[in-house]
Amino acid sequence: MGEAEGKLKVILGYAAGVGKTFRMLEEGQALRAEGRDVVVGYFEPHGRRDTIAKTEGLETVPRKIISYRDRPFEEMDTEAILDRRPEICLVDEFPHTNVPGTPRAKRWEDVLVLLEAGIDVITTMNIQHLESLNDQVREVSGIQVRETVPDWVLKRANDIVFVDLTPGALLNRLDRGVVYAPEKAQRAKENFFKEPTLAALREMALRQTAHEVDLRQPASPKEKERILIHITDSPSAVGLIRRGRRVADYLRADCFAVTVLPGPGLPSLAVEQREALDRHLDFARKLHIDTRILDAENAADALVAFARTNGITQIFLSKPQRPKLRFLAAKQLLAMQVLRAARDIQVTVVADRHAQ
Amino acid sequence: MPDSDRRRLSPEELLRRVEAEERFAKRGRLKVFLGYASGVGKSFRMLDEGRRRKLRGQDVIVGAVQASQDETIVELLHGLELIQPLASGALDLDEICRRRPSVCLIDGLAYRNSSGGRNEYRWQDVEELLASGISVITTINLQYIAEEQERVEAIRGKRVNDSVPESFLLRADDIEVVDAPALDPQLSELREIALVLAAEVVDAQLVEYLRHHGIEQTYGAHERILVCITPRSNADLMISRGRRQADRFHGDLFVVYVEQPGLSESDRAMLEQNLAAARSVEAKIEMLRGDDVVDAILEFARRAAITQIFVGHSQRAGFWQRFRPNPVERLILESGNMDVRVFPQGEAGTAEAETIT
Repeated sequence: MGEAEGKLKVILGYAAGVGKTFRMLEEGQALRAEGRDVVVGYFEPHGRRDTIAKTEGLETVPRKIISYRDRPFEEMDTEAILDRRPEICLVDEFPHTNVPGTPRAKRWEDVLVLLEAGIDVITTMNIQHLESLNDQVREVSGIQVRETVPDWVLKRANDIVFVDLTPGALLNRLDRGVVYAPEKAQRAKENFFKEPTLAALREMALRQTAHEVDLRQPASPKEKERILIHITDSPSAVGLIRRGRRVADYLRADCFAVTVLPGPGLPSLAVEQREALDRHLDFARKLHIDTRILDAENAADALVAFARTNGITQIFLSKPQRPKLRFLAAKQLLAMQVLRAARDIQVTVVADRHAQ
Repeated sequence: MPDSDRRRLSPEELLRRVEAEERFAKRGRLKVFLGYASGVGKSFRMLDEGRRRKLRGQDVIVGAVQASQDETIVELLHGLELIQPLASGALDLDEICRRRPSVCLIDGLAYRNSSGGRNEYRWQDVEELLASGISVITTINLQYIAEEQERVEAIRGKRVNDSVPESFLLRADDIEVVDAPALDPQLSELREIALVLAAEVVDAQLVEYLRHHGIEQTYGAHERILVCITPRSNADLMISRGRRQADRFHGDLFVVYVEQPGLSESDRAMLEQNLAAARSVEAKIEMLRGDDVVDAILEFARRAAITQIFVGHSQRAGFWQRFRPNPVERLILESGNMDVRVFPQGEAGTAEAETIT
């Protein structure tokens, strides 16, 4: 027993109040009625009566109290769940960040531990927490979501189910006080809960679910693409990495990232530049991108040489800012140098949507 | 809505809006639960919504339910008033209109009435109820949507006769997807189609909402790819990659050509060939005019809310090109928040062609 990894099911929504937690508990109840051993590992009641009623009869593993800065915080007690060894565990709010002092930083990491121990998990999340959609979410909502789940974690899920509700019905629920208490509802209406924002998020969630269904179909590995992302210390690198990863996922392509450092004989980078580079490389690795550091005098040449030797079909670069001296300076931009050197490779120049 | 977000509407647009609002005030509202197969829980969702609305004080009745019912459905039906369909199975329209509820729940929108009924199809009955001011909540399976039937048939290998035109569904005020894991690869394909269809409906509604509120903002939930072709570009590759990416991202594909004076006979023939390739993958094709190729492309791209531009590598060479930005470089620098993907030239590409790509 417990040899095989547990199965992960993600109940996906596009905003608070669409009914994800309710659906999770409903599935838990149905499984329990079939005689399966189900426990609630973490459940966020939000004071919603209908939802709380759905927990009736389900065993709950008590939360762990963690003291942080002399205040008590409650987190899922992963170790207690492992001791209890249920067949299926319900875990609300997959993207949650644990308070410092908890064994793991993220709830999704706790879930991976449960899966490894052979426990099936049903969890909930909203589309705006998916890492690769971070920029797009910011574009439609104006909100920078900080709590994100890497795409490879969602890919690990055996099943993703979309919970739908029209934005109109959701706003009704909000007005009736079903979703949040009045003052929080008012704040929500100033943020995510505007009709066009909700509609755009809903569309993203529908397309993402369709994509996830597609990914789980037998693939047609005709022309395998290989994507290379050029990482720099510029803030635009973050959006570029997300974009490259997302395109690679959609095309089912292999994904590499390279940064080029001046050779050992050249002056080394300033501390801030070095730190930014490390942050970006780390971010790429978190998204399961194969990263390399090259030493070379000329970044464009090194990049193109790497692309040639590794059979890269598409290079991703940041779009340069328009230089003030238009004529000569434009030719010196890295993107233009790469374009001149790699006339036989596809090059995608990605706009920095944050800068717009 | 702050004034800065609004754009002045033309008299025609204003009139259209007033008319639409008048019609809207009288008509009942249509809500559709869409599922990719039977057994995903559409009827349950419909009846449960009816139950909740009744709890909130709305006058809800049931006009038709599916013959096969499990326990939970039977339980939900207990709390709701049912107007029995006629012996033929068709809705009892006269009785429903006499009863005049505010909301009528009608399972199985694709049902075909047997002869003698007022209308051939149930969706036409529903249209009558809506027109008379009664709101309808109904259910439909993907396989009954007329425009989807060919694809569904290709996947499932069987054909159903009943159908509802997609245009009727697109007029629905609300569509909600009832999603569930699929049990086999065929059903997964249907599930994917249903999700994308719903996404498209949501997108159309979003565009309509923005237009209605005079907001000229583009929301980037959707990939829109623009392929720029010339006689000498590697158009086959660019168009097929564009199609693939548009399909994968469930987006739109545009192909443009900026008209150039004095094309040679052979260039003209190659251009025709490239345009034929674009037509064969059902891209939206536009012939653009303008003195400046880059400006013409960017003007179109902004208008069409393009997210990604595909071009061929610049073929310009020569002394001046060492100093002046070539068209591809200009496109990159001037395209704002659009991505630019540059493609290698095909064998046809030579340095003599003085055009973009």
